[in-house]
Amino acid sequence: MSSHDKYQSHGDSHSSAKAPDEGAYIFLFFLIGFALSMVVGWGVFPTLLYSKKHQPFDFNHKQHLQIVDNGCQSCHFFRTDGSFSGSPRLAQCVGCHNEMQGQSESEKAFFEQYVVQGREVPWLVYSRQPDCVFFSHAAHIHGAKLDCVTCHGHMAASENLKSYEQNRITGYSRDLWGRNISGLKHNSWDRMKMDDCAECHARYQVVHDSSVQTGRDACFVCHK
Amino acid sequence: MKQTQIHNEQPPRRYGMAIDVDKCTGCGSCMVACFSENNVPFKQDETDKLLSITWMRVYQLTNGKTFPHTEVAYLPRPCQHCAGQHEGHSPCVSVCPATATDYSADTGIVSQIYTRCFGCRYCMGACPYHARYFNWWDPVWPDGMEKYLSPNVSPRMRGVVEKCSFCFHRYQMARDKAYTEGGRKVQEAEYQTACAQACPAGAIVFGDLNDPSHAVNQIVKPDAHNHYKSGNPRAFRLLERLGTNTKVYYLSSREWVRRSGDNYRADEQPGMPGAAAQHG
Repeated sequence: MSSHDKYQSHGDSHSSAKAPDEGAYIFLFFLIGFALSMVVGWGVFPTLLYSKKHQPFDFNHKQHLQIVDNGCQSCHFFRTDGSFSGSPRLAQCVGCHNEMQGQSESEKAFFEQYVVQGREVPWLVYSRQPDCVFFSHAAHIHGAKLDCVTCHGHMAASENLKSYEQNRITGYSRDLWGRNISGLKHNSWDRMKMDDCAECHARYQVVHDSSVQTGRDACFVCHK
Repeated sequence: MKQTQIHNEQPPRRYGMAIDVDKCTGCGSCMVACFSENNVPFKQDETDKLLSITWMRVYQLTNGKTFPHTEVAYLPRPCQHCAGQHEGHSPCVSVCPATATDYSADTGIVSQIYTRCFGCRYCMGACPYHARYFNWWDPVWPDGMEKYLSPNVSPRMRGVVEKCSFCFHRYQMARDKAYTEGGRKVQEAEYQTACAQACPAGAIVFGDLNDPSHAVNQIVKPDAHNHYKSGNPRAFRLLERLGTNTKVYYLSSREWVRRSGDNYRADEQPGMPGAAAQHG
């Protein structure tokens, strides 16, 4: 007991003598650590987490929209069974691109590698949801009368295709989680996680009440 | 900008099945159709049937008599989609701690969300029909078979429970078509399960039990005021006295088949007061 007291008093006098210096060092060490973790968390990790892939060739939405008659639905349309076609298939492109349209590099790549050889273009779909998700375009376009911009942003005005970033862990497109690492959302199309679906459904009071467990949306509405 | 839901304007649906045991030949087409429709995983060695995953399973029943009085019947068993004593009180739904399985008041279908399930298997213990199966392994498809998988059904992973969904993805697709055509009702022929379509004997009839225009309603004649008990004297439900209020009805003209639907005492008759009419 007495020896313990001695150590205790010794330690106290020691620390009180050097306290100002040590405190500064500790604070500096904390600051450096804090700054480093910020750099790693906000800069290094997101860069490592997402792999960048390029589309097979560039595509100009704006230019195409000036030519077609029916807006987005000219190429992205509903099939007669109510399902949504998504990215157009080669057969639709060939309607106009049965010969070279212009001399751009992208057109050349498209024509020579896909049209001539009859291969489908392996587009990387920014908005592809995980396999367990059932998203009904019909319910949102025909039922809720939403426009494309609400979820897909101003794709119609884009002149180039951005690079496709894939999460190396999940394999999903970065556009689902959102480009903003802080998770802040400015536009309705910034990200499309389940919470974002729920947020919009709650805002417009389109909450199904079919779930007996929760009294809210049943999982089987949007999952499969 | 309130957007009204098309579903909520219509009376709730109650999808169910009538299976005529007297018509069933035990061929197993329904099981095969179910396997391929729902991407049900299988192993190289399926000899241990306790580990086999069979959303739809055909059981063989015998009357236990010796020749020449022996009779055999086959009983296909999908998930019974229990409603319970008050709608939505299915044995599995009420025990799930993860809300991974749920009862839809809209369709009466008991759902199973694989990404939400964490594999405690409480529901398997609660299910009186052994309709739920656990994935002990990740599915391994023979080379090239991934190309034959249905893109409309999400394959399951190791560690989750799965079961028959009444081919819910077909309902989702039928509803998409109905939306495109002005938000009309889903027609009877547009939403049929794979097993019902595959049955060569036509023993399985599927549809909305609440819609008098559907064949299943006309066969079953369910009494909505008495826990949907069938008005058809040929009809019975499995373990009806548990009060599970299932949506799969079986039909047979043979009394011993109807008796095999529940554990009756020797002196007890199905349909007698205190037997099938009693609810626990």
